[in-house]
Parts: sequence; C-alpha cells; structure tokens
Amino acid sequence: MSVAKLPHVAVVGAGPAGLRAVEVLVAGGLNPVLIDEAPRSGGQIYRRPPPGAERPAADLYGFEAAKATALHGLLDRLGDRVRYRPNTLVWSIEGKRLRLLADERFDALEVDAMILATGAMDRVLPFPGWTLPGVFTLGAAQIALKAQGVAIGRRVALIGAGPLLPLVAHQYRKAGAEVVLALDVTAFLPKVIHGFGLLNAPATLAKGLWYMARNVLGGVPMRFGARRLRVEGTDRVEAVVWTDARGREHRVACDAVGASFGLRSEIQLADLAGCRIVFDDLTRQWQPERSPEGRSSVVDVYLAGDGAAIGGADVAELTGARAALTLLADHGRPADAARIDRLDRELARHRRFRRALEAAYPFPGHLLDDLADTETLCRCEGITVGAVRAAARERDVDEINRLKALTRTGMGRCQGRVCGQAAAEILARSRGVPVETVGRLRGNPPVKPIPIEGGL
Amino acid sequence: MTPNPTPRPGLFHRLVERTGPVLRFEIDGVPAEGRAGDHLLTAILLARPDLRRFEFAETTRSGFCLMGACQDCWVDLADGRRLRACSTLLEEGMHVLVEGRARA
Repeated sequence: MSVAKLPHVAVVGAGPAGLRAVEVLVAGGLNPVLIDEAPRSGGQIYRRPPPGAERPAADLYGFEAAKATALHGLLDRLGDRVRYRPNTLVWSIEGKRLRLLADERFDALEVDAMILATGAMDRVLPFPGWTLPGVFTLGAAQIALKAQGVAIGRRVALIGAGPLLPLVAHQYRKAGAEVVLALDVTAFLPKVIHGFGLLNAPATLAKGLWYMARNVLGGVPMRFGARRLRVEGTDRVEAVVWTDARGREHRVACDAVGASFGLRSEIQLADLAGCRIVFDDLTRQWQPERSPEGRSSVVDVYLAGDGAAIGGADVAELTGARAALTLLADHGRPADAARIDRLDRELARHRRFRRALEAAYPFPGHLLDDLADTETLCRCEGITVGAVRAAARERDVDEINRLKALTRTGMGRCQGRVCGQAAAEILARSRGVPVETVGRLRGNPPVKPIPIEGGL
Repeated sequence: MTPNPTPRPGLFHRLVERTGPVLRFEIDGVPAEGRAGDHLLTAILLARPDLRRFEFAETTRSGFCLMGACQDCWVDLADGRRLRACSTLLEEGMHVLVEGRARA
C-alpha cells in the first residue's frame, strides 16, 4: 500500500454507518464515492419522506430528531469531497469491482477499498395468515407512517419480539392511529432478568421504558408471551388470535397487522465480496466476520453498521466512523488515536447492552414449532412448510442450498431475505440438528431484481 | 378474472393531510386520486385493500416490507412498465393493472 497515492474508496449505504464513514474518510483527505439505493440519505431509520410528503423532523424522529437532522445535513457539509450516487443499486461485487444499476443504466466501479454499510431489514418468521393482504412487517408499518404519513389500517395490531414493537406502537398512537394491540411473542420475565445489562445504555433503556409507559397510559393493550399466533381473514385481515402463557385463547379484531421479530443483517454484498460469513449464536443468524476495528476477512473490504451485526442506529454511527479510521490507518494515512480509543470504549459498552437486549428478547422459535404443514414458508414462490419438512425427512436434505434447489424455497425474487432464516430453522428442526449445521443460503447476483439486459 | 362488482374500501388510512397537488391515476380503468409525494403502493392501498394478484394461487398481495427488500409489491402498468410500488413515486396518469392482465 503506497502512501503517495490516494486510495479510491466506495462506501455502500447512506444510513448512519455509511454517512459517518464518508465523513471520516473526507477528514482523512480522501474523496470517497457514496452509493445508495435510496433517493435521499439517512438510511431506513432516518429515512426522509419524498418531496411533497415532508414533515418536521420532530414529528418524524421524536427523541432522535437532532441525530437525524445532523446526519441529513452531513453530505451538504462535505460538498464535492464526496461523490454521492443516490438511486443506485449495487447488484453484485466481483473482487473490488462494484456492478451498479442507476436509472435503468448499467455501470461498474473499480475501487481500491470499500466499506459495506448495507443495513438491515425486519427478521420475518411465518405464522398462519402472514401472507394475507394487510399483513406487513413492523418496519413497514413504521415506514408507512414516517415516509408517507399513513397508517397501514384503521384498526392496527402490532406484533414483535424486540424494542421496535413499543416504539412503533408509540409512534402510531402519537400520530392519531388506533392501535388495538401491541403483542410481544417473547415473555416479560427475561426483560426484568436482563434489565441490569440494559443499563449499559441507560438512555436507550429509558426511552424504551418511556414508550412502553406512554402506550399503557394511551390505552394500547400490551401483551407478552403470546404463543400459537395467527391472523384470521379470507381476503383481508380480520383479527389476530393467540394463546397466552396459561393456555387461554385471545382474539382482537383489526384490519391491518405489522409483525416481525427483531432484525436481520443484509449480508449478500459482503458474501459476494468474498467475506467469511460466520454463525452468531446470540441472534441465530449468519453474519460477515468483522474485527472490532471494522475489518472483514478480505483485505480492503470493511464492514459497518447493522449490515455486519445488528446494533441499532447509534452503534451504526460509531462502527461507520471506526471502520473508516481503520481504512485510513491501513492505507498509511494518519488516524486519530484518541478518537479510536473513545470509539472502542463506547462500542464495548454497546456490546454489553446488545447481549442483554438479545437475552431479553430470545428467538421465538415456538412460532415455527406451531406451524402446520399447509402454511406458507416462502412467500415469493408459495412453498409450504410441509414441503420443507418432507424434503428433510423423505429426501434426506440436510443443507439449505440443496433444499433451495429441490423445493425452490428462497429462490424467488427476494433471494431468501424473507424466508431464509425460517427455512433453515424448520429444516434443522425436522432433522433434529443445530440450525448452524444446515448452513445458509449463498448470496447470488443480482442481489435484487434487475432488467434482463443487465449483461449477466 | 371478473371485475369486482362492489368497490372495497382502502387498506391504508391517511393520518397526515397533504397540501400538494392531486395526482389522477387509474386502477384497472377505475379513476383514483393520490397526492404528490405518495408512493405508488401508498396511492393504490389508499384506494383498495390489495395491489396485485399472487402468481401461484387465487389470492392477492399488498406488499410486505415497504423498503425495497422483499420484492412483493411489483405491479404492472398499462404502458408495459413493471414497477416496485413501494419505491416508485406516483405519477399523474399512471394506469395500474391488477385484474386487467391475464396471468402468465
């Protein structure tokens, strides 16, 4: 690595991690390219409404308005030191070559180094009724409100297994929507047991408790430990039905549902870049291996934000800056040792918080055990749970990519983003083996649908 | 597919009123209205409870993730375009086909 030549660096993703990364790179004297699929920077968490649907930051982001505004203004401050490419999809990575699609035009970009800050989406698990019109992810319910000022229905039920549930319930109620239910499929007790660990991020804990308190005071029925969850309706949502810890069945009428169970990293691009992908016991998910400094297993590929490991927006800002400082140091640029030290201490504290949070919201595997064979597992292709169980038992399938080849599970337009984890869990349960032994769906280009003339 | 004789109410519910221009569009030949700043998905689901037919069963879909990841909201337009409705802004004069095209 020569000190004389400035490395050509691409940052993929303009959320909190990618934005803080480009800020550090520019301060280090580089002129990075920032590539983002969305039309405006901010990522999903600090997503901005399109022109015509704008609202004040305080209404959109609540407690986080100052953070959101700071990040939104960042690219303006950096000016032409950053080559910002919005509306641009990175659909494949071959070595250090990024294959791009922007405004229906194909393009490629060769770089010396890259920081992948690809973010996360909702972790989805199937339950009866989950493909009915009117059932969305919790994240989708939040986006509808934040980006469009609409509620997903008139009587909305929200279902989750993580801190997003009380937050979205609070945001809906505050915006004037009727939230008829906030249903947590994990039990209440682990939240008390691990409350001490949550004190590692006292402000975050306080906000979570405040949202819950506001929901209770606002009359939102909050229930924990739901089992045997299902959504009823013929061609649209009519009710949520579940069983409580004592075995009693409950039914709440509603016309829309926002349901998902934590978050999952978008790892396809890291996979295509050749990064080693490892199983994380805590979240039962596959993640690109990342050193505390932000390096992947591949030289000159760095990882930041929720795309590498779920940590939330604050952690994403920290890991974005941290990965960029590492990149600068690796390329012989001066790096601020005091700042690195500060970031590392902050990140260590957040890791303790995250461990407690994951323990407070354990993986709700009971949803999968309760599924009948006739339920849909892969919503793109309409593959049932029974098809996976039959392949496991009758065709001796013990690996997820072989399952995909034989049943088409995970082969649809979403590339297994939605069903991949549930498919692996169901396959492993059918075989009676730990879920990590059935492997993970390999990333394949294009990571999202592109026009056929793409020159694959 | 026979057209639905009785209009069904929309799924989405607007909480924040818009002041921007009204945009006229059509769904299967039926006039509908959205506002500048609406995504195509929002405009359709304010007008009806679903936005496309599912390819592999006699059911419909309304999208799912709203962040361009799940690919469940691709819709056909009469002019031949196929668009991901959650990440496409509504344009004046769009004609969305839900029932209007024979399934492949």
